[in-house]
Amino acid sequence: MNAPAQVSLTRRLFLATGGAVVVSFAVAPSGAVAQEGAMPAAPGTPPLPGSLKTSPMLDSWIAMDGQGRVTVFTGKAELGQGISTALIQCAAEELDVNVDAITLVTADTERTPNEGYTAGSHSMQDSGTAILNAAAQVRGILIELAATRLNLPANQLHAKSSAVLADDGRSVSYKDLVTGQDFHRPAGPTSPLKDPRTFTVIGKSMPRVDIPGKVTGAPMYVQDMRPDGMLHARVVRPPNYGAKLTQLDTGAIEKMPGVVKVVRDGSFLAVAAQGEFQAIQALHALSADAQWDQTGTLPDPATIYDYVRALPSNDTTILNQGAPGQQGVRALRATYHRPYQSHGSIGPSCAVALYDGGKMTVWTHTQGVYPLRDTLADMLHVPKEQVHCIQVEGSGCYGHNAADDVAADAALIARAIPGRPIRVQWMREDEHGWEPFAPLMISQAAASLDDSGKIVSWQYDVWSNTHNMRPAGPAGNLLAARYLAQPFPEPAPQPIPQPEGGGDRNGIPLYRVPNARVVSHFIPAMPLRVSAMRGLGAYHNVFSIESFIDELADAAKADPVEFRLRHLDDPRARDVIMKVRDEFGWETNAKLPRGRGRGFAFARYKNLAAYCAIALELDVERETGNVTLGRVVTAVDSGQAVNPDGIRNQIEGAIVQSASWSLYEEVTFDRNGITSRDWSSYPILRFPAMPASVDVHIIDRPGERFLGTGEAGQGPMAAAIANAVFSATGARIRDLPLSARRIKTAIGV
Amino acid sequence: MIVLNINGNPEQIEADPHTPLLYVLRDDLKLNAAKFGCGLGQCGACTVLVDHEPVFSCLLPISVLEGRYIRTVEGLGTADKPGPVQRAFIDEQAAQCGYCIAGMVMRAQGLLEHNAAPTEAQIRDYMAPNLCRCGTQMRILRAVRRAAKAMTASLDPIHEASK
Repeated sequence: MNAPAQVSLTRRLFLATGGAVVVSFAVAPSGAVAQEGAMPAAPGTPPLPGSLKTSPMLDSWIAMDGQGRVTVFTGKAELGQGISTALIQCAAEELDVNVDAITLVTADTERTPNEGYTAGSHSMQDSGTAILNAAAQVRGILIELAATRLNLPANQLHAKSSAVLADDGRSVSYKDLVTGQDFHRPAGPTSPLKDPRTFTVIGKSMPRVDIPGKVTGAPMYVQDMRPDGMLHARVVRPPNYGAKLTQLDTGAIEKMPGVVKVVRDGSFLAVAAQGEFQAIQALHALSADAQWDQTGTLPDPATIYDYVRALPSNDTTILNQGAPGQQGVRALRATYHRPYQSHGSIGPSCAVALYDGGKMTVWTHTQGVYPLRDTLADMLHVPKEQVHCIQVEGSGCYGHNAADDVAADAALIARAIPGRPIRVQWMREDEHGWEPFAPLMISQAAASLDDSGKIVSWQYDVWSNTHNMRPAGPAGNLLAARYLAQPFPEPAPQPIPQPEGGGDRNGIPLYRVPNARVVSHFIPAMPLRVSAMRGLGAYHNVFSIESFIDELADAAKADPVEFRLRHLDDPRARDVIMKVRDEFGWETNAKLPRGRGRGFAFARYKNLAAYCAIALELDVERETGNVTLGRVVTAVDSGQAVNPDGIRNQIEGAIVQSASWSLYEEVTFDRNGITSRDWSSYPILRFPAMPASVDVHIIDRPGERFLGTGEAGQGPMAAAIANAVFSATGARIRDLPLSARRIKTAIGV
Repeated sequence: MIVLNINGNPEQIEADPHTPLLYVLRDDLKLNAAKFGCGLGQCGACTVLVDHEPVFSCLLPISVLEGRYIRTVEGLGTADKPGPVQRAFIDEQAAQCGYCIAGMVMRAQGLLEHNAAPTEAQIRDYMAPNLCRCGTQMRILRAVRRAAKAMTASLDPIHEASK
């Protein structure tokens, strides 16, 4: 295997210092921290590509030592999405070095660029683009150095396999060219990028660098860290959001085997012990002893949609064209609901923190080391330079789960026990009960068709909480900070503006609608704790729009695939749809066995990233409402494909995860708190319910910009299932999840 | 003190006999593969083999394990020399975050030791206790089929020669 390129924990903690040009990260210009949206360009700077906009120094991205080893730095985090491998491919391609010669350093506040959050399918667009361009410019510098060395014009030189070759047959290797701070210069506005037709690394499937370690038990995860002197800690969370710790006698607990300290600060309560199971036993004892004042209740779950929709909202018209009230010959109206849903990481969130000599070091699986650092510094009342956040892989997060919260827990406990590394992992019931959920959403669609079966008018309204309560400086976004004796207030929620959007992400249809109005109703008050989950509002909006398009097609007596093509101009959108139509073998008015249905859906994620179309078939057992997924065929256009198998893996994962969300998942609660606290009360898709097959077809676009892949499939999958259930049963279900009980009720057996 | 047979090695364990095996593997023996997922026997991230049967190590106390044959992913192979099931998972690129994967590998190993040529339905049923949240299941299923083929071929020289 490609051992030198492996991003194992040991390698990540290893700091190469022996070479000539290993330069620690050059400070980035200050600027807004990117959230789910695009990186802003600093005013007055040239429009550099990707994250070079905010971190323009070449040696912020690429270093080379006297042995020819290359270190590539990214501010993005490996979350299991395979970004490490794709970024190594970008660097290897434009640098003309073997992938094995590259070590990748991921997000670290003292070593890598600040690329904000690893979110919104931005990693290839931001970091991949930066590394691609930086690598090309570094290759250009190496060729200039060789030109001087060989006394030849640069146009008689080219790079190959870590060396510069001259037309006259001479060559000089990279390691003999680098001498000092050769790459310590700002990137230029243009890069000598290769012709994509000559690519040998980009566009070819490369085995992921992390998989051999993961299947053999290598220490890959923050959960696997065990530095000398480490203690295990657990946090006693309150019984519900509003509870306050009133009484506690820790005397007996501090005498339990292995217990080192009980840490209490207001209603934040934790225990540290020598052994992990000892910490868990002490946690149970503490939970039993602690007395809480339980104030505050949740809304009635039976009427939660009405309750949320009646809350005050800030309304923004995000599309207004033509005469939205225009009447056709046939009008349709429909309302769609999506419940609170859980990220549901398989491994509860974990962090290791060490407070030593006034410095707080935190190893974390956060999606954003820099914003987490700033937020921890606020919570700890220290300058941010005294906090160092190092990203280490954890269990997949799929958005803002408890990764940042557990880092705060670890930091608070470490501050109380200086000099000892503190490892905190949440318990399953806390991960399920306390993570910030994907917000509940409501949408209402209305449209009119003309007598030729075309959409003449469109009105769409979507109601949602924020999809972004990520830490960004103020401590109140960290769970523990809200329970301290001197509590930090939760910052006011903010919407993510268009064009990317939050609750209104993908709220604007890509279809040609001459008269249209789309209104985003942003609801600040949050009855349940919420934040970003994979796809944000796109999951619900694509489910709604693509269900509604099928309803309109049905009303127009049109084939749903042909109906979509009838309203689409973008050739890349049409291409993924036609690819799926052909690969699936979609036939108009196909005769299907009783109980079988087929469904189709399409979206371009955020209306500006990857294109994805899905066709599937499924069977509905009428007596029970159970769905059995058959074959699923999908096509995706992510622009220039870097690691095709990585894209396939992400899309397969999106389809399976979205099938789980869409068929099963709903956070449950009563007036006293969250009641879905484990995998029996929050069931997800298991092996016997997997689709019969999932075929992913990639439409590669060599030379086109990277579009990102991670969130393209979730919305289309939800709608394809709903459309197939309609095809199978004649029942149109507009509420997620499409559970067996809901389907059985809808078909009235 | 309890002596456990871990991957063929006798290990002397000082922990409280009520301690579930998972914590002994991770904290006392510094074996990383088995993971804490739920502590409830609902997700399979902690799956190891005991006497050829997959078990939830997060629930099983070490007091009942003396003298029994315990295997973890570390006992199947290494990144340089992976075992056939590990090899199949690498060949199929059957992981994303990978937190569940060691448990998946062990359950698949358990299946193939009982049933060298499982049907698709048998694989899906047998793997049902283990959860993957990244949605890598289609690849995991392919990896199990690939491993079954490879293991059958290596046991059967006639089959091997006829390929």
